[in-house]
Amino acid sequence: MTEIALSTSGLNKKFGSLVVAGDISLELPRGARYALIGPNGAGKTTLINLMTGMLAPDSGKITLGTEDITAVPPDVRVKRGLVRTFQINTLFPNLTPLEAVTLAVCERRGEAGVWWKSLPSCKAAADEAYGILSSLRLGEHCERPTKQLAYGQQRLLEIALALASKPKVLLLDEPAAGVPKEESGELFAAVAGISSDISVLFIEHDMEVVFRFASRIIVMVSGRILVEGTPDEIAANERVREVYLGSGHV
Amino acid sequence: MNAQTPGAAFNPQEVLRAQVRWRALEIIFWVATLAPFVLTPNYLILCSQIAIAALFALSLDLLVGYSGIVSLGHAVYFGVGAYSAGLLAKHGWGEPISGLLFASVVTALVGYLISFIMVRITHFALIMVTVGLCLLFGEIANSLHDVTGGDDGLQGVKMWSIFGIYRFDMFGRTAYVYTLVATFLSFLVLRRIINSPFGLSLRGMRENQRRMPAIGVPMKSRLQVVYVISACFAGLAGALSAQTTQFVALDALSFQRSAEVLVMLILGGAGRLYGGLIGAAMFMVARDQLADMNPQYWYFWLGLLLVIVIIFLPNGILGGLAALIDRVRSRRS
Repeated sequence: MTEIALSTSGLNKKFGSLVVAGDISLELPRGARYALIGPNGAGKTTLINLMTGMLAPDSGKITLGTEDITAVPPDVRVKRGLVRTFQINTLFPNLTPLEAVTLAVCERRGEAGVWWKSLPSCKAAADEAYGILSSLRLGEHCERPTKQLAYGQQRLLEIALALASKPKVLLLDEPAAGVPKEESGELFAAVAGISSDISVLFIEHDMEVVFRFASRIIVMVSGRILVEGTPDEIAANERVREVYLGSGHV
Repeated sequence: MNAQTPGAAFNPQEVLRAQVRWRALEIIFWVATLAPFVLTPNYLILCSQIAIAALFALSLDLLVGYSGIVSLGHAVYFGVGAYSAGLLAKHGWGEPISGLLFASVVTALVGYLISFIMVRITHFALIMVTVGLCLLFGEIANSLHDVTGGDDGLQGVKMWSIFGIYRFDMFGRTAYVYTLVATFLSFLVLRRIINSPFGLSLRGMRENQRRMPAIGVPMKSRLQVVYVISACFAGLAGALSAQTTQFVALDALSFQRSAEVLVMLILGGAGRLYGGLIGAAMFMVARDQLADMNPQYWYFWLGLLLVIVIIFLPNGILGGLAALIDRVRSRRS
């Protein structure tokens, strides 16, 4: 478990004078389940944007496995196995889940640029897509346009699309955002079912869920890492209580 | 949707296949394109212009309807294709089919060069740049009077017979067969492209440009490919126009032509394969009929039609029909 899947060192990013990422260094071991917590505006989503290349850091380094990917474009990072989901549904409203996931699978297999073959001839991709959808219990909804799916199903599709890229490292930005507490269990059951080969870093506000699923927790405040530790350490940490848990959250 | 027989194991491949299968209406549509030979033999010239406009609209649909990129300068490619074919024939090589190939290759090259600009910009900037390029090309053609004939148009285009047998006659019989075959073959290619994995990734770009890189899609190179394909078929339409009329007017490159083809597509319904074809037929027939009544004011009626269609059928005529059919079906079940 000491093999590092993803790491950042000295990552900095400013918007004007506002520090959104200040000297962020962290290591995500292979197969780990890490939670990233912190109050709103702490820079959690910004960190995911930096890691996936949707934002360029002012300085610092991002390493995937043993490879420096700081200058690698977002789509190439996905191909190398660094994949994310979005806090706000970022789906294809008029495609069916089957089409959307098939697209992602075709892309990974290098078939999505092929214009001379008909889509149904990509049987392996379609079967794989359906397999992913079924595993997230979206199989029976895979023929309806995405925009007609229930919100919770759309959240699951977020994860399905990410899994289609066969990630080595999966960054989940509030997978249960907007889902009622009583239904978020199903989403996290899906997260828990993700292959243990995949390293997962997830942002989540619900402390109960965080303490249940994370092996380690990283706490961010104002663009900086405040502390990192096991759930027990975090729960016992005075400063965390002050800035975060103390605000009546637990 | 009911591609599966009840009780059978779910087969995702069959679901995808059901969407690309030829429908009876499609076959009826293409058989109906032969009707003018019998029903309206005096209108074959108009029919060949409709076929050309339909192909032009179809090439734009690849951008507007499928990839979600608006262009108000698509006439650039139509014009480049028309002048390429026209100039080739004027300067001694009047063989039509090789002329078509030559023109579409030239236009594809132009499309490839322009695509480097296009993939850098989006939204309003993109619309403005396409308009700008259209004006730019129009002025270049105008100023190269010695080559293009400027605003007198390109004269002296002499086409040879097709296969050395079928002469372009004054009734437009050969012209309609020729344009119809070319448009149909292009349609087959475009239909396959739209139903391919590449076509699916185009729809993905239309649906969500932000998600695409996050599933590993290299957007810029994908966009460049679609620009080249779209330009190529627009150029083919332009070449057909030059060859069948044996003339190229400056307005082949005009902003007006760019706007008209967009109107055809929106009228018919973008992103529906047949939208551009239906829209082109309606537009051309309406212009022909209305201009007969009053040549100056036909744009009034076009404007009225456009406003009504957009307000009541925002997805165009085919979009409206599809919604109607869906409603009838869901009421029945």
